[in-house]
Amino acid sequence: MLTFRKGFKDGIPIALGYLSVSFAFGMLAVEKGLPLWSPVLLSISNFTGTGQFAGIDLISSNAGLWEVVFTILVINIRYMLMSLSLSQRLVKDMPVWQRMVIAFGNTDEIFGVSIQQKEPLTMRYMTGIILCSYTGWNAGTVLGVLASSALPVMVRTALGIALYAMFIAIIIPPARESKPIMKVIVLSVLLSCVFSYVPVLSGLGSGWTIIICGVISAGLGAYFFPLEMKDSDTPDVPDDTDEQAVIK
Amino acid sequence: MSIQKILLVILIMALCTYLPRMLPLALFRQKIKNQYISSLLCYLPYGILAAMVFPDIFSSTASIVSGITGTAAALFLAYRRRGLLTVSISACLTVFVVSVR
Repeated sequence: MLTFRKGFKDGIPIALGYLSVSFAFGMLAVEKGLPLWSPVLLSISNFTGTGQFAGIDLISSNAGLWEVVFTILVINIRYMLMSLSLSQRLVKDMPVWQRMVIAFGNTDEIFGVSIQQKEPLTMRYMTGIILCSYTGWNAGTVLGVLASSALPVMVRTALGIALYAMFIAIIIPPARESKPIMKVIVLSVLLSCVFSYVPVLSGLGSGWTIIICGVISAGLGAYFFPLEMKDSDTPDVPDDTDEQAVIK
Repeated sequence: MSIQKILLVILIMALCTYLPRMLPLALFRQKIKNQYISSLLCYLPYGILAAMVFPDIFSSTASIVSGITGTAAALFLAYRRRGLLTVSISACLTVFVVSVR
C-alpha cells in the first residue's frame, strides 16, 4: 500500500540529498550579499533547485522583472512535462485540490522516485514524500545561511554529485529490464552531450536542452516501441527482452 | 535591490515555478487513451532524467577525474540494483577519496 509512512520513508534519501544542495544554496546566497531571510523565503515558496540558484544571480545582479519571468519559466518548463507524466500515475478519483497540493512538491527528485511505484499514487503517499523532502530542503537552506564558516571545500565538492547519483539509481535498474528504456536513455544522453559540447547549441539554456532531449528521445521511443494499451489502466513500463515492447 | 523588489522577485519566481507544475496536473485528469501519447509519457521521465544527469554530472565536482570516477561508481552500483541512498553516498565517498589523494 502506498501509505503516508511509505512516502515519508521514500523521501528520506531525497531529503538527505537536498540537505547538501540547499546548504550550498543558503551559503551562496549569503556570499552574494542577499539579506539572510531571502534564501529561506525562496526555499519555502519555490521548492526548486536550479530556479533558486538562478534566482540569487538575478537578485544580486538587480535583474528586471521580465528577465526574472523569462529565465525562471525557461528553467521550469520541464515541470510541465513531468506534471503531465505524473498526472497519468495518480489514483483515478483524486480531487483537483489534492492535485494542486501535489503540484507544489513535484520536484525532479520527488517525481523521479514516485514514478518508480507500480501502484497508482495516493494522496497519502505523495504527502509523505513531499513533507519529508520539503523539510530537508528548508533545513538545509537555514543551516547554509547560518553556517558562518564554510565546510571544507573537499567535502562540499564531494556532495555535489549526490543528486546526480540518485538519478542514476532511478533510471538504470528499469533500463536493465527494458531495452526500449535503455535506448531512450542512451539517445537522450548523446543528444544532451551534443547540446553541451557543440559550440552554437551550447548557447541554449539548460531548461530548453532538457526538454528537447527528453521529448526527442521519448518521442522516438514511443514511435518505435509503442506500449500495448490495457483497458482503463496505465500502461506498464515494457520489461521484455525482445525488440518489440509487449506489456504483460 | 530594495526589500520590496526582492519580495516581488521571489513572488514572481514562486508563480513561475508553481504554474508549470500545477496546470498539467489540474487540467489532465483523464487517462490519456492515445497509444502514442501514453507511450511517450511513459518514456519521458527516463529521457528527461538522463538529459539532466549527463554530461553535467562530470563537472559536478572539483575535477573532471573525480566526476568521472564518481559517475562510474554510481553506474556500477545502480546496475547492481543498489538503493538510492547507497548509490548516492557511495558516489560522494568515491569523489571524496579521489579528491583527497
